[in-house]
This record gives sequence, C-alpha cells and structure tokens, in this order.
Amino acid sequence: MTDTPKGATGNGTDSQWPLWEVFVQPAQAAPYEHCGSVHAADAEGAMQNARDVYARRGEAIGIWVVPSSAIVASKPEDAGSFFDPADDKIYRHPQFYKIPRGLKGF
Amino acid sequence: MAEERATSTDTLLEYCLRLGDDRLILGHRLSEWCGHGPILEEDIALANIALDFLGQASHALEVAAAAEGAGRSADDLAFFREGVQFRNLLIVELPRGDFAFTIARQFLFDAFSVHLMDALQKSAEPRIAELAAKAVKEDRYHVRHSAEWMVKLGDGTDESHTRLQNAVNDLWRFTGEMFLADPVDDAAAAAGIAPAASTLKEKWDAVVNDVFARANITRPADEVFMRGGRTGKHTEHLGHLLAEMQIVARSHPGAEW
Repeated sequence: MTDTPKGATGNGTDSQWPLWEVFVQPAQAAPYEHCGSVHAADAEGAMQNARDVYARRGEAIGIWVVPSSAIVASKPEDAGSFFDPADDKIYRHPQFYKIPRGLKGF
Repeated sequence: MAEERATSTDTLLEYCLRLGDDRLILGHRLSEWCGHGPILEEDIALANIALDFLGQASHALEVAAAAEGAGRSADDLAFFREGVQFRNLLIVELPRGDFAFTIARQFLFDAFSVHLMDALQKSAEPRIAELAAKAVKEDRYHVRHSAEWMVKLGDGTDESHTRLQNAVNDLWRFTGEMFLADPVDDAAAAAGIAPAASTLKEKWDAVVNDVFARANITRPADEVFMRGGRTGKHTEHLGHLLAEMQIVARSHPGAEW
C-alpha cells in the first residue's frame, strides 16, 4: 500500500496500526477542525474509522485524515522564543485601535 | 373483494416481517461484538452498523404491526414472538464466529441488502419506499466497510486468508436463501411492493465476484442451499439468541427506560 505512512507510530514495539489525525468540517464553508486521531492500516481504513468514531452523530459534512507522522509540530522548549514575544505587543491586536465614529456596522 | 384485501394485507405483513427480522437478528448478532472488537475503532464501527440494522428493523416491524392491525407494536413483534414465528434468513442467525466469519457474513448480506433497498425505494407501498430511501444510504456504507475488510483479510496474512476462506466456505450454503422466491415473494413482486428476488441475484453476483477477486477468495461451488427461515424453520441457534434478546422485555413487560 503506497498510502501507508512509514514509521508513523515511531516505536518498533508498538503493535498498533499507524496513527492518523482526523479533521472534520462541521458546516459548509466552515474551516476543518482537528477533532482527534484513529489507528488504521491505510487511508481508506483511516477514513472509515474517522467516519465511525467522529462523524456518527451528524457532526461533520467533510473529513480529512492525515498520517500523524506528516504533522510537523512545535516543541515545548520552543515556547519561549515562539510565543512569549507576542505578550507585550498589544498593538498587534485589532482591539488596540479605536473604530472611527463614522464607521457603522463594523 | 374482502378476500383480496386480506391477501394483500397478509403479503405486506409477511414481507415486512422478513425485512424486519433479517435486520433485527443480524443487528443483534453484531451487537455481540460490542466491547469485544479487535480494535477500539472497529468495535465502534460494528456497533454503529448494528444500530443501523436495529433502526431499519424497528421501521419495518412498525409497518408490519400496522399491517397486522391487531394492536401489537414493533416491540411486541420483536420481543414476544417465538422462534417459529420469526421470518429471518438462516444466514443472519448463525453464531458470530471469529472476526473473519462476521465480516464474511456481513459482506454477503450487505451486497444483497444494498441492492434490495435500492430497488425498494420504488416500492408501491410508501412506508417501505420511505424505509428504503434511508436504509440504502446506510447499506452503501455497510458494504463499503465489509468489502474493505474482505480484501484486507483475504489479501492479508496466511492466517487471515485461511480464516476468511473457511468462513466463506461455511456460509456459502446459506446464501441461496436470499434469492429463492416463495409465494410471499411472488405476491409482493406482483403487487409492486418488492422486486422479484431473482432480479437481485445478478447484481449480488457482480459485487461478490469483484470483491472475491480482489480478496483472493475462491468462490465455492453452488451445491445444496439451506432454506427454511422464511417459513419459521430455523437452526438451533435462533432460540438461544432470542432467549438473550428477549429476556429483559419479557421479565419486565411494558417497562420504559
């Protein structure tokens, strides 16, 4: 199977199938949101498991499944240099600016 | 005139019992996997499918109860009939076996049910057409699910292949009953309630042959086919299933929760 991610579990002793991250679209034109993960041997199995686990109560109109190994994630030790510099830059938030009086329905 | 009415009522009642009982009994067999599935995701999938079948059964038995007109409800039909009064196919009452047996049974039934429901959308009986319009969507997913597993198991390891081939061999003699028409089927077809059972065979063959080829499964020869479920002549397994399925409703008649 060409669509089976290699080494997705990252652990040679893990007897589970590879892990896939599941994203569902809750409504038309809404963004896909991460909702959890499933184990599956291949893409079709991942899609079916995602449907059965995360979309059986009408929560979704679309599903993405992505091999977990394909996700590039930030590391906890990056948090300081990645996120802290944003703390004191309130002018980066739209709330920092006053809305001109003439502007209606904004 | 009165006699004609009685006949068409009997046909509708009998036909709906068949539709409902197939799905009630198969749904119950599948529910036995709840908490025992090979992995969590598949456990949930099997329980979902079992619930789809129970929903279809409930709908069919409501139509049956209304056709009977004796004041019985769908629950009465499900929980207060005896084995000889059940009209399900023998294939659905066989014990769940191993996972390969469960998948093979599901696939062989799903490939039949999806084409039956597709045809029943055009039933002259509006309550059946309504049931079928909902059920055909569920059944399309069921056959996608079971066909995928057929290929995974059949084209998997030596162990999974052997188990699946054995399951298909054991089940084959129970498949003919799906397409053997009796006077009830003929009357239902004549009244436009249902398609002729034989018209489903060709479509079923096409699906089964395609999936068997992809799963490296050898199609067994058509030899002797078992029948009897449609007239209440069941295997020894149905009684045990009913005892478990019906005990709560019978111990606490009319209970609500």
